[in-house]
Amino acid sequence: MSRLFTVRNVVVVALLIFLALVPFFAVLTGNAFLTTLFTRIVILAIAAVSLNLIMGFGGMVSFGHAAYLGIGGYAVGILAYEKVTSAFIQWPVALVACAIFALITGALSLRTRGVYFIMITLAFAQMIYYVGVSLDRYGADDGLTIYTRSQFAGLINLSNRTVFYYFCFACLMGTIYLVWRMVNSRFGMVIQGARSNDRRMRSIGFPTYRYRLVCFVIAGVLCGLSGVLLANQADFISPATMHWTRSGDLIVMAVLGGMGSVIGPVMGAVALLVLEETLPHIIGAVGGFVTGKSMVAAKEYWALILGPMLLLVVLFARGGIDGLLRRFGRD
Amino acid sequence: MLLFIEQSLNGLQLGLLLFLLAAGLTLVFGIMDLVNLAHGSLYMLGAYFAATFAALTGSFVGAIFLALFATLLVGMAVELIALRRLYGRDHLDHVLGTFGLILFSNEMVRLIWGPAGMNLPLPPWLNVPLQILPGVYYPSYRLLIIAVALFVAVLLYLVVMRTRIGMLIRAGASNREMIGALGINIKLLYTFVFGIGAALAGLAGMMQAPILTVQIGMGENILILAFVVIIIGGIGSIRGAFVAAILVGLIDTVGRAFLPDVLKLFLSNSAASTAGPALSSMLIYLVMAVILVMRPEGLFPAASK
Amino acid sequence: MINKITGLSRRYAPVLAGASMVAIAALALSASQTAAQQKTVKIGFVSTFSGPTAVIGNDMRNSFELALDHLGRKIGGLPVEVIYEDDAQKPDVGLQKTQKLIESDKVDFIAGYIWSNVLLASLKPIVDSKTMLVIANAGPSQIAGELCSPYVFSTSWQNDQTPQAVGEYMNQKGVKTAYLIGPNYAAGKDMLAGVASTFKGQVVGQDLTKWPDQLDFSAELSKARAAKPDAVFVFYPGAAGVQFLTQYSQAGLKDQIPLYTAFTIDELSLPRQKEMAIGVPGAQHWVNDLPFDQNKKFVADFKTKYKSSPSFYGAQSYDAAMLIDSAVKGVKGNLSNKDGMRDEMRKANFASVRGPFKYNNNHIPIQNFYLQDVVKGADGELVLKTVATIVKDSKDRHGDKCPMKW
Repeated sequence: MSRLFTVRNVVVVALLIFLALVPFFAVLTGNAFLTTLFTRIVILAIAAVSLNLIMGFGGMVSFGHAAYLGIGGYAVGILAYEKVTSAFIQWPVALVACAIFALITGALSLRTRGVYFIMITLAFAQMIYYVGVSLDRYGADDGLTIYTRSQFAGLINLSNRTVFYYFCFACLMGTIYLVWRMVNSRFGMVIQGARSNDRRMRSIGFPTYRYRLVCFVIAGVLCGLSGVLLANQADFISPATMHWTRSGDLIVMAVLGGMGSVIGPVMGAVALLVLEETLPHIIGAVGGFVTGKSMVAAKEYWALILGPMLLLVVLFARGGIDGLLRRFGRD
Repeated sequence: MLLFIEQSLNGLQLGLLLFLLAAGLTLVFGIMDLVNLAHGSLYMLGAYFAATFAALTGSFVGAIFLALFATLLVGMAVELIALRRLYGRDHLDHVLGTFGLILFSNEMVRLIWGPAGMNLPLPPWLNVPLQILPGVYYPSYRLLIIAVALFVAVLLYLVVMRTRIGMLIRAGASNREMIGALGINIKLLYTFVFGIGAALAGLAGMMQAPILTVQIGMGENILILAFVVIIIGGIGSIRGAFVAAILVGLIDTVGRAFLPDVLKLFLSNSAASTAGPALSSMLIYLVMAVILVMRPEGLFPAASK
Repeated sequence: MINKITGLSRRYAPVLAGASMVAIAALALSASQTAAQQKTVKIGFVSTFSGPTAVIGNDMRNSFELALDHLGRKIGGLPVEVIYEDDAQKPDVGLQKTQKLIESDKVDFIAGYIWSNVLLASLKPIVDSKTMLVIANAGPSQIAGELCSPYVFSTSWQNDQTPQAVGEYMNQKGVKTAYLIGPNYAAGKDMLAGVASTFKGQVVGQDLTKWPDQLDFSAELSKARAAKPDAVFVFYPGAAGVQFLTQYSQAGLKDQIPLYTAFTIDELSLPRQKEMAIGVPGAQHWVNDLPFDQNKKFVADFKTKYKSSPSFYGAQSYDAAMLIDSAVKGVKGNLSNKDGMRDEMRKANFASVRGPFKYNNNHIPIQNFYLQDVVKGADGELVLKTVATIVKDSKDRHGDKCPMKW
């Protein structure tokens, strides 16, 4: 009983309940932007969870995961531009494209290890990035505005803010469940075994290369789903979505939240993006309160606070937010 | 043909500059096993220091030496305060922690020097093009960069291969417990090596400053190139970094210069002018991917770990 | 028992902390709303306030604030609240800030936008919500053509207009061959296409460079030199303009091949370009010495207040505030009368610092373009000076593609 009721579990449940109720808070405060903001957070959380599948459990640190955000997004954007708006065509195309890209790049990348793996995934993502930059018909560097969101033949209306939020939330829960089931299956055990000792797993008789490749492809497809949703949320897709800094953001989310669990990256995504959005306001408000002057200019220095915060988390909270919460339960 | 020589010089200059940056990175990476994303921030700091000292003293050369020393000190301070706590931790912890350092140092620089950036003006004797071949003019300052970087490369080679400190560095890279057990103050050695790496990054920044001017965030994009260099070269190998840096510099510059024209032979004019810049931008990543697929540990893998 | 309670509260401290963080977040997001009870004009201003191009954003903000000072901190007689948001020069960030301004702050007007790509990314939510938009810099061809919209106005120009004027000027100077260099993004391509459309000589080569990453132009400069053109045309806004001019003169090209520019030399970059900019011409719709009363007042007061010279970015932002003011005055403060404000704006009924101008059917100004040059002022300072009028009443060429007629 008491083991179920740890601080960490309470926080996780509270977070999920909060996420489930976001549209209600938006109505209560009359602030529709709350839903818009959290839609984006939930979508990026899917990407972070998918990255953590290969990074936290598989030990495959991909520095090019944002490429799938772009591939998923561009599949929706390009098809919408060519007047194909049905989700039943758009979405499978997007996911298959991600799977193929993951299969090819994964097959080559998995020959390397450690930092070399980090950099080769970066290389492939950069190539895709520059492909996006050269798509002249589809806006090239400026990106492509999507005038019609994916159509589910009238079944689900993604243009409705609340419906779209719950759709994304359902996708996140589905992703978490799927990853959780995988991690705790025989497949997941092999993946985690290969992370800690690949040679031993191979000598037991597991073809770990193939297992790892399948895992890499699944993570790519899940991130592609996130890309599809992101493009629909923004009504826009541009190469900036696949920039290496965006891949870096995803890594930061996962590490900040904690790579040891499936839910950790969700906490990381919420923490990082909420801080990014509110730190300027908090600095402005606190600064204004203390000095009695308008602190408009001070707002822009929010990174001065966020930077050291990240460093402190690394130094003193091993295992990220999730690890910190787990330790609180054990006194 | 003359154009080709000129472009090769451009590539060589970019490559040698990358070597300055990559040498520090690969030293720190190879010896302390630390992934330091904030290496680019030290590059930026070097440039800011040089511009500030140049404005104060009025001497270009004097400013360079003062700035070198200042970056060395800042590097050692950062190592003492924060980074030494990260040794032995997971690479991802390094990424997150030093990413935080990047955010911090960018904002700090903005707070101190303002958002506008600075200039490091060249003395008149460096600001003239030289005729290196009949009809080929080349900026004298870029020639100076080539000379300085080659000098540093030779110096580094001699220090690492021929001196006692170099021997310790090499020993530390292959077995850190052992040299600790032999009574060497390993902590001091690490701080020193990090300071040297920082000074090298700073040197790259200040050499680049008169060409690119001094700007917040100037180290971030070039940092990725530096990582590409040390990966192609093989982590921890200074020789590898040298070869890879020149390779990357040449491929990037020559590709940018000639690829669009080459493509015109195969493609329509408009297709070539869009595909050209994109393809030349991805060229070095293509090269890195191919090299890693062929040799998963780079061109000059460290002997044994 | 007491132990249990304190133990419990300590155990749940992070829960409380987390909950209060979420509460603070919700409060911070909705704080700006409660203030809006009395009738105020709310204006969102999106520009770049961080990174190397923050200088431009600051100049725009300063000029916008100066305009509000000149208007007695009132827009159309109503109190005004301006919310500045930083787009970090990234399309997706700009989009999110724009969504926040519309959905959370519920602004009446949005102004700003330096970059074509940020503007294009942010346009849909603005148009969908029928928020009035005054673009203070970016001028991609789409906005002037098929994406034109009744509530979207520009106080700047369409990307082609300025380089077209440069092309005209190159014809006047008898340039026969030219080499074009610019960054590889929307505005860069528009600029090079703009020059090529009016330049009657031959374009012997062109280069599009990686943007905004690439700052070393050695390869491009070598190619330009080898092509032996009569002139080089270049477009590099912001700090990149400093870098380009520096390298151009380091390579010794400045004495060999005349350079023609668009948006490369302005009051923000000039203090760092210094002597290298002397004698390099550019085209501009606004120069600080234009002889209009409003302009004299703007430039003089700007210098007094901020101890520096305003740039064309600032001039456009100043005009944006004045245009909004004229619209709110026109409808007597009835902010829900959007069609009324639109009709008012179409008259361009305010004292612009560039002098009187009209609006084209696509809400892009029809205006003069001047030749500006860098000269040493009386006190030895370098200043930009109007030399001649290159084109009178320049009208952008995309109006036909815009379905709006009025």
